[in-house]
This record gives sequence, C-alpha cells and structure tokens, in this order.
Amino acid sequence: MDSFVQLILTLDMSIRLSVVLLLACLAGLFSERSGIVDIGLEGKMLVAAFFAAVGAYETGNAWVGVMAGCAAALVFSMIHGLASITYRGNQLISGVAVNFLASGMTVVLGNAWYKKGGQTPTLSGNARFHDITLPFADALSDVPLIGPIYSDLLSGHKPLVYLAFLIVPLSWWVLYRTRFGLRLRAVGENPASVDTAGISVVKLRYQALIITGILCGLAGAYLSTAQAAGFGKEMTAGRGYIALAALIFAKWRPWYAMGACLLFGLLEAISNLYPSINIFGLVTIPVQFTQALPYILTVVILAGFVGKAIPPRAGGEPYVKEQ
Amino acid sequence: MDKMPRWADVFLVPFINLCLAFMVSGLVVLAIGENPFDAIYFMVKGALGSTSGIGYTLYYATNYIFTGLAVAVAFHARLFNIGGEGQAIVSGIGVAVVLLAFDWPHWMLALPFAIIGGGAFGALWAAVPAYLQAKRGSHIVITTIMFNFIGAALIGYLLNGILKSPTSQNAESSGFGPGAHLPTAHEMLAPLGIEFSKSAPLNFAFILALICAFLVWLLIWRTRLGFQIRAFGQNEGAAQYAGISAVKITILTMLISGALAGMLAINVVMGEQERLIKEFVEGAGFVGIAVALMGRSHPFGIVLAALLFGMLTQGGFELLWEMPTISKELVLVIQALIILFTGALDNMVRNPVERIFLRLRKGRS
Repeated sequence: MDSFVQLILTLDMSIRLSVVLLLACLAGLFSERSGIVDIGLEGKMLVAAFFAAVGAYETGNAWVGVMAGCAAALVFSMIHGLASITYRGNQLISGVAVNFLASGMTVVLGNAWYKKGGQTPTLSGNARFHDITLPFADALSDVPLIGPIYSDLLSGHKPLVYLAFLIVPLSWWVLYRTRFGLRLRAVGENPASVDTAGISVVKLRYQALIITGILCGLAGAYLSTAQAAGFGKEMTAGRGYIALAALIFAKWRPWYAMGACLLFGLLEAISNLYPSINIFGLVTIPVQFTQALPYILTVVILAGFVGKAIPPRAGGEPYVKEQ
Repeated sequence: MDKMPRWADVFLVPFINLCLAFMVSGLVVLAIGENPFDAIYFMVKGALGSTSGIGYTLYYATNYIFTGLAVAVAFHARLFNIGGEGQAIVSGIGVAVVLLAFDWPHWMLALPFAIIGGGAFGALWAAVPAYLQAKRGSHIVITTIMFNFIGAALIGYLLNGILKSPTSQNAESSGFGPGAHLPTAHEMLAPLGIEFSKSAPLNFAFILALICAFLVWLLIWRTRLGFQIRAFGQNEGAAQYAGISAVKITILTMLISGALAGMLAINVVMGEQERLIKEFVEGAGFVGIAVALMGRSHPFGIVLAALLFGMLTQGGFELLWEMPTISKELVLVIQALIILFTGALDNMVRNPVERIFLRLRKGRS
C-alpha cells in the first residue's frame, strides 16, 4: 500500500510539472506547424512568468496576472514574427535573442521595481491560484484504488492544469478539423501552394504566432502564480527547450505531445522527489545526477527513441513570394 | 553587380544596427528611471578610464574572442553551437586536472599541456552533440543546450567530490602551484617601463586569443578543411556531391568550436582564479553568439566585437556602483538587443540602405 501511495504521489507531481511543458509544447506546435521554428519558447515563458507575477501582485488577482503574462508573451512572439516573417531573418538567432532579452529584462525590471535581486514579492491569497476539488472527491476518497486515483491524482489541481489538458483536444480539433488548421499545416509544408490558392502566408504565420504567444503566456503564468508563489530569476530552467524536445518526440502532433510532456513531467518529478537514489545500499547516485536527469534523458530520447521525426518541411525558411 | 559597396555592407549596416540596439537599451534605462546618457558616461569611464578598467575590459574581451570564434567556426558550417557555455565549463575541469596533476616547474611548460587538456575536454563536450546531429539527426541547438545544463551539474558534482579542496569550505578545487601562474599584464609590461594596474586580471591568455583569431582566419580561408567547412555551410547538397562528408565536417567543425570555447578556461581558470570554481564562465559562452554575429563570423570583426562587449561588461559592473537601481543583467539586455538587431532584424536596416544606394547609382548613370 505504501508504494501505491508513493506512486500516486509521484504521478500527481508529474501532472503538476508537465503542465508547463505541455502548454509550451503546444505553443511550439502551432508555431512550427506554420513553418516558424521557435527556440524562443523559453524566453516567452520567462517574460510571461514575470509579468504574471507582477500583475497578480499589483492587483491581487491571479487572473489579471495571467492576462498580463499572455500580453507580455504576445509582444515577444510578435518580435519573433517581425524578425522571422516580415524581415526574413534567421529564426534561430531571433529565438536566441528573445531568450536573452527575457532573461535580462525580467531581472533588470524586477530589481528596479522590487529590489529583491530579480525576484517578485511572494504572492498570497487570491493573487495565487488555488486547488480545485472535483465533485465527489471527498466522498470518494475512502474508496480503495479508485478513491486515491480520483481524489488525489485527478482532483485538487489548479484551474490552469485542467485548462492545459483541455487545450490538447482543442488543438487537435483546430489543427485537423478546421479550415484554419488545414491551411496552417499546409503553410508549414508548402507555403507556395497556400499562396497560389490566394491565402496570405504572412497573415497565417502571424496568426499562428499569436496562438503561440498566448499559450506561452499561460505556461509562464502557471509557473509563477500556480506552481510557485512568485517569480524567481531564470525560473523556467530550460523547460522551453525540453518542450521543444518533447515536440520533436511527439512528431508535431497534439495528443502525442501530451504523452511526451507527461513523460518529461514524470522524469522531473522523480528527480525532485528522490534526489539521491540508493541502489541496494551499494551505490548512491549523487544529487547532481538526478538534477541533470531530465536534461540527460532529453538528449537520450532525442537521439535514440524518436525514430524518424520529419519536421514541417518549410520550417525555418522564410517565405519569399515569387517576383 | 553588388547592391551596395562593401564598406556599407561590412561597416555601415552593422553600425546602424548597433545604434538601434543602444537606442532601445537607452529606453530601458529610461523606463527604470535613470538617465541613459549618465549611464553611458559611467560605462565608458569604468571601462576605459583607468589601466585597471582597461585591464578588466581586455580580460573580458579575451573570453569573448574565444567564445565568439567558437560560434563563428560553427556558423561557417551552418551549425549553431549554442553550447559554448557548457564546453567552457567542462574545459575548466580539463585545465584543472592538468594543472593539479603535476607540480609544474614553469608556466611555459604548463601552458601547452593546459591548452591540450582544456581543448580536449571542450572538444569532447561538443563532439557528442555533433555526433548526434550528424548520425542521429538530433537538433544540435537542443542538444548543446542540454549539454550546458549537464556540464553545470558535472562540475558541481566534481567540485563537491574528488576535485574539492580539502582545506576549503566552498565548492572549489585546491589552488594551482606557482609554476602554473600565467604572467599578468602588470608583470609583462613592467620590464618595458609601462605602469599597468596590478589588480586587473588581464594576462597572457589575451595574446593566445589573438593567436587563435589568426589561426581561425588561416583555417577558414587558407586551408582545405576551411574550404570544405564553408562549402558545407553554403550548400550541404553540393558539398556532399563534391565528396565532402557531412558527418566528418560536422564533427570536425564542432571539435574545433568546442576546443576554442574551452580556451576561455585558460584565461579564467589558469590566468585569473588559479583554481577551479563553479561559476567561472558567467554567460561568456552566450555572449559569443552576439560577438560572432556582430563580427560577421570574421576573426577581425570578432576581435573588435569582443572588445566592445568587454567594454560593456566592465562598464556594466562599474555602472552598478553608480546607479544602484540598475542590475548587471542590463548588459544581457543590451546583448540581446544587439543579437536581435544585427542578427535577426538585419534586413530591416539592410533593405532601405540597399534601396538608397541603388537610387544613388541610378541617379549617377
């Protein structure tokens, strides 16, 4: 029974930790499906986390924080769009610039406003998101097996967690069942054909980046107002890049993205919950190794288990209209 | 026919980009309630106002020359090595292992071995992502970033374990022996009768950096391998058709790139700290990206850009004393804006400038 409780606890934490990755991964999905490679997920999340914390702290309302975070991520997403769509610059370089701008800007502004070494003040009360208890969770909690799974694992998460998992089928529907989605997928594969059909490549790609910005905003807002209670310097800690790896692992498909992000969430949960693993009392695995585990496994999964991952064909290339 | 003269391409466009980046940075300074012109004054004074300031500026520039060259070599093969940070960290371990292994009699003997040790470790750290990119198709940008995190964990582990100094409370190695001491600028210039600040960390590695810049120029434009690297970068398909192996070029380029990033450890670990500490790279690996972009991946441009970024870093530190509301991350913002304007938004300036030159030419004929 003890190990069952342990398992529920680990899985519960995996869900919490996978939310940021999932939102970022879906953000990347829309951008990359439209043919825009986005290394800048990390920076957009970071800047969103910062402004979400600022918004929530100043107004005392976490939802205002979410909106502030989304707005900030949207601005950064548009910078990326300006560079990679309008001015046909190198998308990798633009993404790197966005990341650096976010890590510098958040600390400079945070320090100037709150004088706490880049941190924002701790959020409390309604400035933070609270757990939602699903109906009947209390009543069912004593039922064996189903009880813990329902009331501990599925119930008792922040609203953004449920929102994130709802966005998965929504993304699938938008991508595969709407005209917009069809065009979006086409523009990432063969922009010239979309252009020939009389549809604006530029407009479609900007629309995709708007979605990317909002989803990154949600991811960042979740980090600082739900997962933690405030913004901390570099709090995204490479999650934007791990989300990209998950996206490749998922071969740019929404449901698989959810699976990949849950897997990475599990890895992070394991490294958080069991910092030093002792194998049969013989070898103790050092803390640094478990901390690096998500990064190591990202490399391993990218290298070994992806199989043939074929990215959207027009990804990374600016579209030049025939003249 | 070129659309604009070469001087406009090499100097005018980057210069306008730079001005735009500084203008936006100035707006950021203004937004947090400080005077941007005062900030510039304090930065320039801090970077160039004394021999100590100049010493620090050139010391940081040394780091940026190494990391800038590392990024540039990879750029020539159209590889984006964003892992200079991790490669430099791991090189630090290599340099420390070499210098701690023996009681070196003289720095001239220790230096070549430290270069080999640091270079080999840095090259190794770049080789794994290179291999994975070439053979398994893993995206090199993601793998090199992951290797930055893994490298940071590795040095943390070693400095809390086998490399930890028995006499220190902190996570640091024992000090290297006096035989591993690189001559500082003060020691090198004193016999010539030049009084240079004793406190500045500028050391022999600066000369090594200039030598590396020359060697990279030689490699890229005067050797067969350099030609292959450029051909591969310009057109992978054509290069392969001409018998250039993609796997070979990818791995060789990244080995060179990683070794160059690793030379940073000579400057910092051997030249300045004289022991291994955990966070000695301090983002220099990332600055290399901005330096390579500004310098248009040419060694001469990289040295100039590195000097500029050295001034920014040193000036930025001095600025902290004068304007407490500003934090040292302002330098990061400026770097980001320079990358953005010179790298990604280049066409925003280039297209109008081209148009102006075309109109001028038309007017003449």
